[in-house]
Amino acid sequence: MGNIYHLKTPISIEDIKPLRSGDQVTISGHIYTARDAAHRRLIELIDEEKELPIPIDGQVMYYVGPSPAPPGRVIGAAGPTTSYRMDPYTPRLLELGLKVMIGKGKRSKEVKEAIVKYKAVYMAAIGGAGALMARAVKEARVIAYQDLGPEAIRELKVEKLPAVVVNDTAGNDLYHEGQKMYESIENTA
Amino acid sequence: MRQIPTKEIIEAVKDSAIQANYELGEDVLQTLRDSLNNEESPVGKEILAQLIENAQIAMNERIPICQDTGIAVIFAELGQDVCVVGGDFRSALEEGIRQGYREGFLRKSMCHPFTRKNTGDNLPIIVHIDVVPGNSLTIWVVPKGGGSENMSRLFMLQPSEGWPGVRDRVVQTVVEAGPNPCPPTIVGVGIGGNFEQSALLAKKSLLRPLGTSNPDHEQNQMEHELLGKINKSGVGPQGLGGRVTSFAVHILMMPCHIASLPLAINIQCHASRHVETVL
Repeated sequence: MGNIYHLKTPISIEDIKPLRSGDQVTISGHIYTARDAAHRRLIELIDEEKELPIPIDGQVMYYVGPSPAPPGRVIGAAGPTTSYRMDPYTPRLLELGLKVMIGKGKRSKEVKEAIVKYKAVYMAAIGGAGALMARAVKEARVIAYQDLGPEAIRELKVEKLPAVVVNDTAGNDLYHEGQKMYESIENTA
Repeated sequence: MRQIPTKEIIEAVKDSAIQANYELGEDVLQTLRDSLNNEESPVGKEILAQLIENAQIAMNERIPICQDTGIAVIFAELGQDVCVVGGDFRSALEEGIRQGYREGFLRKSMCHPFTRKNTGDNLPIIVHIDVVPGNSLTIWVVPKGGGSENMSRLFMLQPSEGWPGVRDRVVQTVVEAGPNPCPPTIVGVGIGGNFEQSALLAKKSLLRPLGTSNPDHEQNQMEHELLGKINKSGVGPQGLGGRVTSFAVHILMMPCHIASLPLAINIQCHASRHVETVL
């Protein structure tokens, strides 16, 4: 297992540089939720050179569509969704200074290259652990695209949201390294 | 003729949808606990422990195990001596899902394929109804997440490819999916029938409780061979490396056309949710 880091938002390049694949990170502060439908709208605004509903530079984006908050709670279950659906849009956001993405699953070659080029990290949270992840969420409010329902952009205030670094600024990939370590010789033949 | 009021059907479906999403079945929980002993990777062990903790939080605090509370799949076996009264059967199933997803604060995940506009009530449902002998009604509510469904595949193989062709496609599908479908997974495999039947067999195989053996000796052996190969891939829990990539492989097989060898692979994430009710 790697090192343990605690990050506070907004995130600087200095925060990102030491992180390596396999490091465990907790994040506190304000972060933004977005899935592919919200990404598509953000990119349309960028293309039209219009103002975005959320800041991108130095920010953390969490790929999640939470379940509705029952009475007395700030959010329902809130685990990560599969990240590759965001791949076509991600390099544009990295170019604008997005620093941390949290999701689950492999990223495209283009995204991994953009992570190295623009100095960012991609982290994985535990897929399917929605009840556990929700514990880190202290406040939640919809700030854009209410009509998208679960896919609306939310601002979350989180305390020690746990994740593990998958793709770092040096081009490492934990999914690749992790699988190689436990792959049986027989299977590689 | 035994009469079953739609009111009872609506209640049963509503309660099942909520229960399925809040309470991980004992079969899955026991498999998670057993897997802790089989996993060698420290990260993998930690993930399995956290999945057990997650299931406990969900059950105690009455919130969903996973925010993806799924597309609502329903299997029903309707006894031919049953008369549904007070409305039509399909509408009752739909109303049960509508109420369950609203009252249980479950996520509504259904949308228009292109505009992506949400339907708002998690309808339509995907329903498979069989008419069977007898005077009872059995309903399985099986919410299915999108992440694992996306990693599912269907192949129309050449008959000459035989078992090795089937075996290699199944292993390849699971390994290539890697972390995406939230491993450890359960791999539903449908072999034979035709195009749509193979997919239905694969889905239906997932209804079998985890930890139970396939009653067919040949299929049981095939399941063990596939699971052995999959768990040598190194993908592991959440795809971060380890021994436990899949909990089980479930096969349902039937004869097919002399020209064909249909194969469907339906991947189920670790949050395998299915609740059976007999009315």
